[in-house]
Amino acid sequence: MRFGVVVFPGTWSDVDCFHALSDVMGQPSEYVWHKDTDLSRFDCVILPGGFSYGDYLRPGAIARFSPVMKSVAEFDRSGGLVLGICNGFQILCEAGLLPGVLRPNVHLEFRCQWTDLRVETASSRFTGAAGVGQVLRVPISHGEGNYFADPETLTELEDSGRVLFRYCAPDGEITADANPNGSLNNIAGIVNERGNVLGMMPHPERCVEDLLGGADGRVIFESLIGAAVRA
Amino acid sequence: MTHPTKEQLEALALSEAEYEAIVERLGREPNELELGLFGSLWSEHCGYKHSKPLLATLPASSPRLLVAPGVENAGAVDIDDGLALVMKIESHNHPSAIEPYEGAATGVGGIVRDIFAMGARPIALLNSLRFGPLNEPRNRFLFSGVVSGISGYGNCIGVPNVGGEVVFSESYSANPLVNAMCIGLLSTDGLVRATTGQPGNALILVGSETGKDGIHGASGLASRNLEEDREMRPTVQVGNPFLEKVLIEACLEVAATGKLVGMQDLGAAGLTSATIEAASKGGTGITIDVSLVPRREGGMEPYHIMLSESQERMLIVTAPEDVDAVRAVFDKWDLRSTVIGRSTDDGLVRIFDGDDRCGEAPVALLTDPPQYRPQGVKPAWLDELQSWDAGALSLPDVRPDEVLARLLASPNIASKEPVFRRYDHQVQTNTVVTPGSDSAVLRLRGTRKGLAAATDGNGRYCYLDPYEGGKIAVAEVCRNVSCSGAEPVALTDCLNFGNPERPEIYYQLEECVRGISDAARTLGVPVISGNVSLYNESEGAIYPTPIIGGLGLLENVERHTTIAFRDSGDLVYLLGRSTTDDDASSLGGSEYLSVMHGLVAGRPSIDLDLEAAVQRACRRLVSEGVARSAHDCSDGGLAVALAESCIAGDTGFTGELSQASRWDAMLFGEGQSRIIVSVSAGSEPRLLEVCRAEDVPVVRIGRVGGDRLTIDGLLDVPVADLASVWSNGIQRAASGGAP
Repeated sequence: MRFGVVVFPGTWSDVDCFHALSDVMGQPSEYVWHKDTDLSRFDCVILPGGFSYGDYLRPGAIARFSPVMKSVAEFDRSGGLVLGICNGFQILCEAGLLPGVLRPNVHLEFRCQWTDLRVETASSRFTGAAGVGQVLRVPISHGEGNYFADPETLTELEDSGRVLFRYCAPDGEITADANPNGSLNNIAGIVNERGNVLGMMPHPERCVEDLLGGADGRVIFESLIGAAVRA
Repeated sequence: MTHPTKEQLEALALSEAEYEAIVERLGREPNELELGLFGSLWSEHCGYKHSKPLLATLPASSPRLLVAPGVENAGAVDIDDGLALVMKIESHNHPSAIEPYEGAATGVGGIVRDIFAMGARPIALLNSLRFGPLNEPRNRFLFSGVVSGISGYGNCIGVPNVGGEVVFSESYSANPLVNAMCIGLLSTDGLVRATTGQPGNALILVGSETGKDGIHGASGLASRNLEEDREMRPTVQVGNPFLEKVLIEACLEVAATGKLVGMQDLGAAGLTSATIEAASKGGTGITIDVSLVPRREGGMEPYHIMLSESQERMLIVTAPEDVDAVRAVFDKWDLRSTVIGRSTDDGLVRIFDGDDRCGEAPVALLTDPPQYRPQGVKPAWLDELQSWDAGALSLPDVRPDEVLARLLASPNIASKEPVFRRYDHQVQTNTVVTPGSDSAVLRLRGTRKGLAAATDGNGRYCYLDPYEGGKIAVAEVCRNVSCSGAEPVALTDCLNFGNPERPEIYYQLEECVRGISDAARTLGVPVISGNVSLYNESEGAIYPTPIIGGLGLLENVERHTTIAFRDSGDLVYLLGRSTTDDDASSLGGSEYLSVMHGLVAGRPSIDLDLEAAVQRACRRLVSEGVARSAHDCSDGGLAVALAESCIAGDTGFTGELSQASRWDAMLFGEGQSRIIVSVSAGSEPRLLEVCRAEDVPVVRIGRVGGDRLTIDGLLDVPVADLASVWSNGIQRAASGGAP
C-alpha cells in the first residue's frame, strides 16, 4: 500500500508518520510537498500533525488553501483513503472534507499526554483490525482539539456510526474525566459519509513501537493496510 | 561625535575607562554607530568581560570532544557511528522578568538557532526555571507566562521538550531564571561553522525582517539591575515560532547541499555580533550595506539595523557562485533571503548605507574586550550561616508522616506534571523516558544507542557554600544521567549570578566555577559549552545559581532504568552509605529545613571520589540488567525519594531500616552520593559483588510491594495519599495554599 505524507510549512509529524509507515509498518511511503498536486500514485494520503502556517488565524485555516488541498479533495471524491492526524484533522475540517470544528481546549492549555480511546465501530476501513469496544492507548498533543459540531451534524454523525474513537477511561467507560479537551461526546475521531476520510486528534504514529511506551497505534495502520488488501 | 555623555555610555553599559580604551586603540573618537558596536560586543553577554578568565579554568578535554567551548555556537561531542551531539544552555532571565511569555519563547528560539546553525537537527529541549513563591501574584504571573511561552514556542517548532526542573524560592522573586537547553544531532562530516571562511564570500541574511525590537538587549538589558528593566519592555523581542520551524528545515536543507561556508544565528546584538564574530573566526574583514537589509518598519537608522535583535534571522555565508543555488532553497520555503555584504581581506568591519560609509573599525579590536578579574571577598554573613549547629535543631512536633506529606506538597518537590503536560515531549518519536524521572532518555534512530539528559543546580546549596554547591550541581546532574544507566559524556553550564562588580558576588561566581571545575575533572566529564547571566538583582542578588546540563550515552537504549519501582518482592538498596545515617549536618540547606523550620543554613558537602564510584556502580548495575530501578536521593532526602519511586511505580515499599536518634536526618537529610537501586530477589549477590568491586558502601533498606510506604515505627502511609498531595502541590500553592 502506497502512502503519501503531505508536508506543509510548519508540519512536524511528517517525519514521525513516515517512520511509522515506512520503517515500522514496512509500507512504501513518500513525502508530498504542499505545492505538489499529483496524488494519483497513492492509496492513502496522510495529513500529519504540526502547526501548518503557525496555526495563525485558526489551525488549518491557511493550509486549506495550499495547492495540494484541491488534489486531496479530488482524491477523496475518487474514493482514496485520507487520514488527518491532529493538525491534519483541523485542516480537513477547515477544508470542509469533514464536518465540525476543533476549538481551543476547554481549559485553554496545550496538552501532551496519553489518552485511552474506545473503538466505536470495527466496520470502518480505519478500524477493521480492532474490536468494537477495544481500548487503544494513544497520546495527544494539541491546544485546539475540542471537537464541536451543531446538534444536527452531531446526531447525524452518531446515528450513522461515524464516530470511530472516543476518549474513555482505561476500562472503556466514557467519562468526563477521560475527556482531555472538552470535545462533544468525548469525540476523538470521525469519518466522512463515505468512510474514506478519517480525522483524529490523537497521534497513532507516536505509538507503534513498545520502546516508546506502547504500540496500539499499529491497529489503525494495520486496519488501513488490511482494507487495501481487501479492496 | 563629541564625547558621549554619562547617560549615553550607561545605555551601552560601557565605563568611562572602557571608552578611553576604545579611543586610544582606535586612534580617534568613535561615531555613534561604532560606539554601539563596541557597547554590544564588549558587553558581558557577548564579551564575557567578567567571566572569561574563570570559564577558561573549566575542563574541556575529552576523547569525544569535537567542538570545544566558545569556538562555535555550541559544543559538540562525537558519539561514534559517524554521529555527533551538539549541546548548549542559555539564559533569557532578564527578558522573561519583564515580559515572561515572549522572554521565555524567544529564549527557546535563540537556543534552537544556536544548534541548527551548526548543521545539527534540534532533537531535545530542556528548561531549568526558577521563580519566587507562588503565593505572590507577580510570581504566579511570571510562572504562568514563562511556561506558556515555552509551550507556545516549543510546541510549534516540533522539538520535544523532554525535561528540566522548576524551583521556587524567595530569592528569585522578581528575578526569575529561564535557562533553555537544546541538544542537536548531526553526522560528524556535516558540521557547519560560524565563519566567513575567506575574503570574497557572500553574506546572506535570511528570515524575518529587521525591526527596532531588542535594541541594546545584549548591552543594556543583560547588564542592568532589574528594577530599571520594567521600563524597558519595548526592548524585549517578539517570537515567531512558525518562521523558526521553517528556518530549521530550510537551513538544514541548505547545509545538506554542502554549499555553505558558514552559518550563524542572529542572537544578542543581532547583525553586529553575527557578522563580526563570523569575520573574527574567518580572519577576514566584512563590508555590509544596511540599505539592503529588509526591514519591517520605517525610520530605521543604520544604528538600529545593526543592533536590532529581531528574532528568527540567520546569516549564511557562501561562495559567490553558490548564492543562487542557496537562495533557491530558501525560495522553496518562501523565506526571504538577501545578499547584504561580503567578506573582505583587510580585517575591517565597514558599514555602508548605500554609498554612505557610516562606520568602520577593526574586527580584532571589536572582538577583544577588556577582561576583568576582580577580587572576590567572602561575605561575613556566610561564616555565620555555615557555622549553624545542626545538633541543636529540635525535632519537629509533628509525626514523620506529616513531614513527608508537607515535603511532597512543597512546590519544589511536588509533581511538575502541570508544567510538563503543556510541552510536547514526544514529537520526533524518539522519547523513551518522558519528563518525571531523574533524566530523559531518547533513542538515537539507526543505532542501538540512546542519550540521557538532565539539568540541575541547587541555588540554596551554592548560597550556603558556593564551592561545594558548584561541585554538587555537577555531581547531581551526572548522577541523574547515571540513574538511567547512561555514561555522562558532556556538560553545559549557565551561570546565573548577581552583579559581579560586587566583591561578594564575584566570590560566589569564582567559588562556584572552581567547584564545577573540580567536580567535572573528578567525574571526567568535559564542559563543552555555556553561557553567563550576571546582574540578576532587584532588591538583592539571587542565590548564586549555576545550572548544569548533562548529556549521557547509553550503549543499548533498551537497557535503561527509571525511578519507578517495578515488581512486588524486588529488594531495595541504598548505594553510597553503609548505614542509613542520622548525622544531622545532612539537614544543612535541605528542603526539610526550609519547609519545616523556615531556615536556610548549614553547609552542604560532597566527597567526589565516593560520588564517582557510586555513579559507576549504578551504571554497571543498569547495563548488566541487574538494576530494575534507580533514583538519586536529592531534594527531600531518602523518604521523598522512596515516595517518588513508589508513586511512579504505583506500588508500595516496606523499610528495613534501623532506628536512628535523628529520624528527621535519616528520612529527610540531603547527604550526597546516594542512589536507591531496586533489584529482583535473585540479584542480590551480583549487586553486592559490583558494589564491592567499585568500592561502594551499600545497605539493604527494604523491599517493594503492597500499597503503603512503611518504615517501621516512623512512616505508614497509603501511596495513594502521598500521590495525591504530591500531584496537587503546584496547583495548591498557585491557588494561594501553602507557599
